[in-house]
Amino acid sequence: MIIGITSSVLLWYGLVQWTPFKAFNRLPDPLSVIIEWVSTDPDYGLSIFTKDYYLHILYSTYRATVAFFLALILGVPLGIMMGWRANFNAYAGALLDFLRPIPPLAWVPIAILILPGDEPAVIFVTFLVAFFATTLNTLLGVRSIDPDFFRAAECLGATDQDILRDIIIPGALPTIFTGLQIAMGAAWFSLVAGEMIAAQYGLGFMILESYNLVQYPTIIIMMATLGIVGYASSALIRVVGKKMIRWREQATGIGQEAET
Amino acid sequence: MSQAGSISVSNIQKIYDPEGAAVHALENCSCEIPSGKFVAMVGPSGCGKSTLLNMIAGFDKPTSGEIKLDDQLLVSANTQTPPNSDRVVVFQNGALFPWKTVLENIAYGPIVQKTRGRGQAEEEARELLNKAGNLERIAGSFPGQISSGMQRRVEILRALINKPKVLLLDEPFRAMDTVSKSKMHQHLLDIHDKFRPSILLITHDLVEAILLADVVLVMTTRPGTIKVNINVELPRPRSREMILSDEFTELQKQAIAAVHEEARKAFERGEKELA
Repeated sequence: MIIGITSSVLLWYGLVQWTPFKAFNRLPDPLSVIIEWVSTDPDYGLSIFTKDYYLHILYSTYRATVAFFLALILGVPLGIMMGWRANFNAYAGALLDFLRPIPPLAWVPIAILILPGDEPAVIFVTFLVAFFATTLNTLLGVRSIDPDFFRAAECLGATDQDILRDIIIPGALPTIFTGLQIAMGAAWFSLVAGEMIAAQYGLGFMILESYNLVQYPTIIIMMATLGIVGYASSALIRVVGKKMIRWREQATGIGQEAET
Repeated sequence: MSQAGSISVSNIQKIYDPEGAAVHALENCSCEIPSGKFVAMVGPSGCGKSTLLNMIAGFDKPTSGEIKLDDQLLVSANTQTPPNSDRVVVFQNGALFPWKTVLENIAYGPIVQKTRGRGQAEEEARELLNKAGNLERIAGSFPGQISSGMQRRVEILRALINKPKVLLLDEPFRAMDTVSKSKMHQHLLDIHDKFRPSILLITHDLVEAILLADVVLVMTTRPGTIKVNINVELPRPRSREMILSDEFTELQKQAIAAVHEEARKAFERGEKELA
């Protein structure tokens, strides 16, 4: 990993410094970006020592988090109902199949019109992609459960409530967590685009703003920050997932004694 | 331990997709599983053995005919008693819940039926594991951590804790090697001796069928019906050495003759293995 990062930074440096292409010359080189990033008195106003830098991170993280949890709260139950009840799927599935291909950004104008202010609109488009990813993966997770588990539970006297708690949720959980990771990634993607269009704060907003103000190193700083925050959020989901799906780890690891 | 539990299947007909392809899975199929007896069912692939088992379990219903449990109507074209712990299925590919430990799996039935609290159910599950041959050490393992033979034993125990009237075994030893299989036979014989549930075992293995069962039912090729009813009068407790006796060989001859005739018919019709 370290080798990978080092060599790509070197490549970047080389491209900017020594290649004859004019296009690359406009790109700030890594050194000036890093100097700007850690400067106590940054040329363009944003570094790890300025309050505004964290304000942008905070805004974006707040929006992504709200959107993600909304997607979780609404998407998981919907996906479960769709996977479990065929006639429910007949209604909800058709609507979802119709709405899903619409790119999230196409919703921005409508969202701004309907929702009070830009802030909910940005959160809404971010929520939308996360919601689709969560719902569809939950649906997939429920469908992937071995039908014999349902039958076995019925034989043993389980009610619908027992089946939901003991079969559907644990059975779909691994796929739900995969879905949540995808949802988180998609949420950041959509968030940055949304912020570029309709926001006064946030990492996405700042990238476009820096471009307009010819503050090129800041663009790179914001991009790198997005990478770090995105990676951290996805890692967080992975850790929580691992904790909750302990049986899977153990079952695939080396078993205790086993004989017939 | 379990009372009664006699299943009577009369004139079952099952047609899949009656308006379209109209596949006749079962036709005029009648048989008995007497209380506490061990019945094995053999027959060509796709002859409707599993269909019949699913009907007894309550997963499916017939086009006509009826199935009774101790003179109570279980299923007919218009009635379908939902599955319950009177008649528990052990599945071909195993259906232990992988996210529950062995102990939680076994204790599951009494807990969801609310016949016992969690503590008591787990205590009983532990006892059962011990009775089944000192298996208490695997109580805390997840199913993925134990061998497939062990998984099958646990699954059978998970059924037994409910004191089912009927145990329905759908080719549970199909994917096992010979050694594990013969061990499983011994376990199953022990369980039958100790708990005396009625058992319906579906299998492809004639030796297994004769060794374990009181009655071997040979089914015809589709549409499935009972072709021959072979009474196995080998003494109990059974042991593996009985395979070598003349009596066993004689029974085997009968069964082979019946099964092969049907297998040939199915083959000539060019049906592929439906498993």
